[in-house]
Amino acid sequence: MIDPRLVLVLSAVLFALGVVGVLTRRGAISILMCVELMLNAGNLAFITFARMGGGPEAQIFVFFVMTLAAAEAAAGLAIVIALFRLRGTTDVDEINLLKW
Amino acid sequence: MELIAFYVLALLLIASAIVVITNRNPVTSAVALAFNLVSIAGLYMVLDAQFIGLLQVIVYAGAIMVLILFVIMLLNLREEVKAHPAGTFQRVLAPLTSLLFAIVIGRALWLSAPASFPDKPEGFGTAASLGKELFSSFYYPFEAISLLLIVAMIGAVLLAKRKVS
Amino acid sequence: MLKLIWLIPILPLFGVAINGLLGKRLSRRAVGLIGCGVVLLALLVSAGAVLELSRLPEDARHFETSLGTWIPMGPLGDAGTMTAIPWGFALDPLSAIMILVVTGVGFLIHVYSIGYMEHEEGFARFFVYMNLFMAMMLTLVLGSNLLVTFVGWEGVGLCSYLLIGFFYDRPFDARTGLSCADAGRKAFLVNRIGDFAFVIGMLYLITTFGTLDYRAVSAAIVGGGEAHHAMLVAVGILLFIGACGKSAQIPLYVWLPDAMAGPTPVSALIHAATMVTAGVYMVVRMSTLYAHAPEAMAVIAVVGAATAIFAATMGITATDIKKVLAYSTVSQLGYMFAAAGVGAWTAAIFHLMTHAFFKALLFLGAGSVIHGQHGEQDITKMGGLKSKLPITFATFMTATLAISGIFPLAGFFSKDEILWGAWSSGNKVVWGVLALAAGLTAFYMFRLTFLVFYGRYRGDPHTFDHAHESPKAMTVPLMILAALSVAGGWIGIPAVLGTTFFGHDVNAFHHWLSPVVASAHAEGAETAHAGASLEFALMGVALAVALAGIGVAFVIYRKREGAAAAIAARFRIVYAMWRNLYWVDEFYEAVVLKPFYAISRFFAGFDRFVIDGIVNATGIVADIAGQILKLFQTGYVRNYALAFLMGVAAILVYLATV
Repeated sequence: MIDPRLVLVLSAVLFALGVVGVLTRRGAISILMCVELMLNAGNLAFITFARMGGGPEAQIFVFFVMTLAAAEAAAGLAIVIALFRLRGTTDVDEINLLKW
Repeated sequence: MELIAFYVLALLLIASAIVVITNRNPVTSAVALAFNLVSIAGLYMVLDAQFIGLLQVIVYAGAIMVLILFVIMLLNLREEVKAHPAGTFQRVLAPLTSLLFAIVIGRALWLSAPASFPDKPEGFGTAASLGKELFSSFYYPFEAISLLLIVAMIGAVLLAKRKVS
Repeated sequence: MLKLIWLIPILPLFGVAINGLLGKRLSRRAVGLIGCGVVLLALLVSAGAVLELSRLPEDARHFETSLGTWIPMGPLGDAGTMTAIPWGFALDPLSAIMILVVTGVGFLIHVYSIGYMEHEEGFARFFVYMNLFMAMMLTLVLGSNLLVTFVGWEGVGLCSYLLIGFFYDRPFDARTGLSCADAGRKAFLVNRIGDFAFVIGMLYLITTFGTLDYRAVSAAIVGGGEAHHAMLVAVGILLFIGACGKSAQIPLYVWLPDAMAGPTPVSALIHAATMVTAGVYMVVRMSTLYAHAPEAMAVIAVVGAATAIFAATMGITATDIKKVLAYSTVSQLGYMFAAAGVGAWTAAIFHLMTHAFFKALLFLGAGSVIHGQHGEQDITKMGGLKSKLPITFATFMTATLAISGIFPLAGFFSKDEILWGAWSSGNKVVWGVLALAAGLTAFYMFRLTFLVFYGRYRGDPHTFDHAHESPKAMTVPLMILAALSVAGGWIGIPAVLGTTFFGHDVNAFHHWLSPVVASAHAEGAETAHAGASLEFALMGVALAVALAGIGVAFVIYRKREGAAAAIAARFRIVYAMWRNLYWVDEFYEAVVLKPFYAISRFFAGFDRFVIDGIVNATGIVADIAGQILKLFQTGYVRNYALAFLMGVAAILVYLATV
C-alpha cells in the first residue's frame, strides 16, 4: 500500500533540508537542531529498511542512533553554553580566529 | 487508511522541516522541530515500528527538545540577524549542492527499493523482539552505549561548568 | 734494494705528511732537515737500486714491482684476456738515469732552498710542496705503465701550479699585469690542454692494444704494429702534444716564462731539471712506438728545432735574469725533442741529464745573485758583481761555458751527439737550425754573464754596497753542480773520440741506455755512412759556432759601450719582435681567450637568468598558489562545512555515474 520508495525519497529530502539548515543558519543551537533533523532522516530510512525485511539489526541501529543523538545533543549544548560564556554570542560567524 | 495517514504525516514533516531551517526565531524553530519529531514518530507507527515510535516521542520530543528549549531560554537568544558576508556565497551554493545531493541519493534509493512492502514479519516492532536482539547479539554495544551516555553526561557537566573564580 | 723501488716515490710523501701537519710547530731547521732528509733517503735507495740493476746482465736489466691492482678491466683491443692496470713501478736503465738525476739534483736544490727561503713566509709550506713534487715526479719516471706515469704527470702539474703561485699575494709582471697566482693558473691551464691530448692518446692505445704497460705495448707494436700504422701516428702526435704542454714547446710554451714568478729554487728544480723533462722522458720511453711512426717523429723533430731557435731569439733581448734562463730552457728542450725526432734517443736523454746539471746551476746561481741583490732581477740594473759574489760568479761561468758547448765540459758532448745524430740520420736542415741555435745560445748566455758580472754596476749604489755572497747552504750545491757540469759529459764521450784517444769505445752512457730504446735511426730514413773525419769536422763546426757567439757577445757587451743600443735601434722591427716575444701571448689572448671569456659571460648570464629564473619561478609560483589558496581559509565554520558537503556530493556523483 505505502510505496517504500516514497518513504525513502522522503527521508532523502528531509536529510537535504537538514543539510541546508546546517549550512545556512547562524545560531549554534539552530545548527544543532538541523543536525537532529538529519539524524531523524537517517532513522526514517533505517526503519523503512527494517520493514522491508532488513533484519533485526536495523531497528537496533535506530535505537543506538537515538541514544547517540541524545548524548551528542547534551555535549553539544554544553559546548554552546561554554562558547556563549566566552564570546557572549552563539553566532558561529563570530568564531573565526582560524582564518588566514 | 494508512496511505492517507502517511501523506498527511509526510506533509507535516516537510512543512515543519522548512520552518526549522528558515525561521529566524530560535523558539519557533524549536517548536517546529518538536512537530517534526512527532510526525516522524507517527510515520514509525504507520510503518509498524511501534516501540521505536514510542521511544522517539519519549527521548527525542520529550528529552532532547526540552533540553534545547532550556538552553535557548537560558541563553536568552534573540532573533538571528541577517546574513553575514560569509553567508552570501553559502546561501546560494548550499541549497544547490544539497539539491544535487538529494537527487543523487533519492534516485539511488528509488531504483534500489521494491514497489511495495512485504508482509510484516512476526513480532515486528514489538518491545519483546527488540529486547531479545538487544540483550543477546548486541550486548556489548549496549553496554558500550551506556558507558557513552555516562561519559556524555560527565562531559556536558564539565564543559558547561562555570569557572570557580 | 731493487725490491724497494716502490719506496722511492713514497719517501718524499713522508716529508709531505710531517711538514704538512706539523710544519708550523717545528723550527725552520727541523722542517728543512726533514724536507731534505727524505729526498736524501730517496737518493740513497735509488743509488742502491741502480747499482743492483747494473749487476744484472745487459739484456735482463728490468725489474718490476707493483703495489696492487688499480683498475681491473675486461678484455680490450688486441689483448684477449682480462686487462688490469696495476700500481706498477719498473726500473730499467732509462728510469735509472731519471731517478738519479731527479733525486740527486733535487736534493741539492732542497738544500739550497734552506738558505734561499730563509727569510720568507711559508717555509714549511714550501717544503711540503717540494716534497710532493718529488714524489709525483718519481712516480712519473718509475711508472711501469702509462697511467701511473700520468698520475705523476698530473701531480707535477699540480705542484707546479702550487709552487709558481707560492707568493700568492704578490704581483709579478708589471708589463702584463700578471700576478704570481695568475702565472700559476696559466701554467696549469696550458698544461691541461696538453694533458687532454695525452689522455686521448692513451685511450687510443688501450683500446687498440688492451694494455698501457710499456713493455707490453712495445712488444705488441713490434709484433703487429704495421696493421695500426695510422693509429700509431695519431697516438704519437697526441702524446707529443701532451709533451709540448709539459715541456713547453711550440705552441704551448707560453707558461714557462711566466712561471718565473715562483721562487728561484722552484724554477731550478721544476722548470729546468725535472718537470719539463718529463715530456722528453715520455717520448723516449715510447721510442718503439715512434720508431714505427716516422711521420710523428718528423713532427717532433720540426717542432723541436723550431722551438730551439724561436726561444733563443727571445732570450737575446730579455732583461730579467730568470726570463733569459727560461727562454734558454725552452730552447734546450727543443734540442732534446729534435734529437728524439731524428732518432737519437740516447742523445736526447744525455742532453737531458747534462742540461739538468748546468741549467739548475744557472738558476741557482741567478737565485744567489737575486738573493745578494735583495730581490733585484733586472740585468740592466746589475753589473760588476764578480768581485762581490765570487763563488756564484765562478760556478755561473762554468755553467755558461757548459751550455755554450765548450770542450771538454758536459754540454759539448751532449750537444755534439745531438748534432751528429741529426746529420747522420739525413736531417741536414735540422742540423743547420740546431747549429745556428747553438750559436745564439752561446751569444745570449755570455750576454747575460757579461751584463751581470762584468762592467760597471748600473743599479742603486746602496744595493751594490750591501751585495754579499750567499751562505754555505746555497754555495755548496752550486759547487757540486759545477763539478757535475764539468765532468758529467765524460760518461758519454762519443765513440769516435773514445777510439781515438782511448783505443776503444768508452761511451758508457750509450751502452747503458741502448738496450731499452729503439734502434738509433727511424726505419726507412737514409743512414749516412760517414767516416770519423766527417764527425770531427762537424764537431769543429759546432765549436766554432759557439766561439763565434761568445766573440760577438764580447764585442757588443764588453768592448763597445752603447753597441747594443745602436744595433737595437738599427734593426728596430726585429728587436721589437723579439722584445715583445713575437706577441704570441697577445695573439692567444685575442684569438683564444677573449672569445672564451665572451662565451663564459654568455653562459654565466644564461645561468643567472634562465636557470636561476626557472628555479626562482618555481618559488614564485608556489608563493602565488599559496596566496590564492589561502583565501579558502576564511575562518567561518559554515564555509568549511559547505566545502565538506561539496566533496561528499562529488564522490556520490562519481559513484552514481560509474
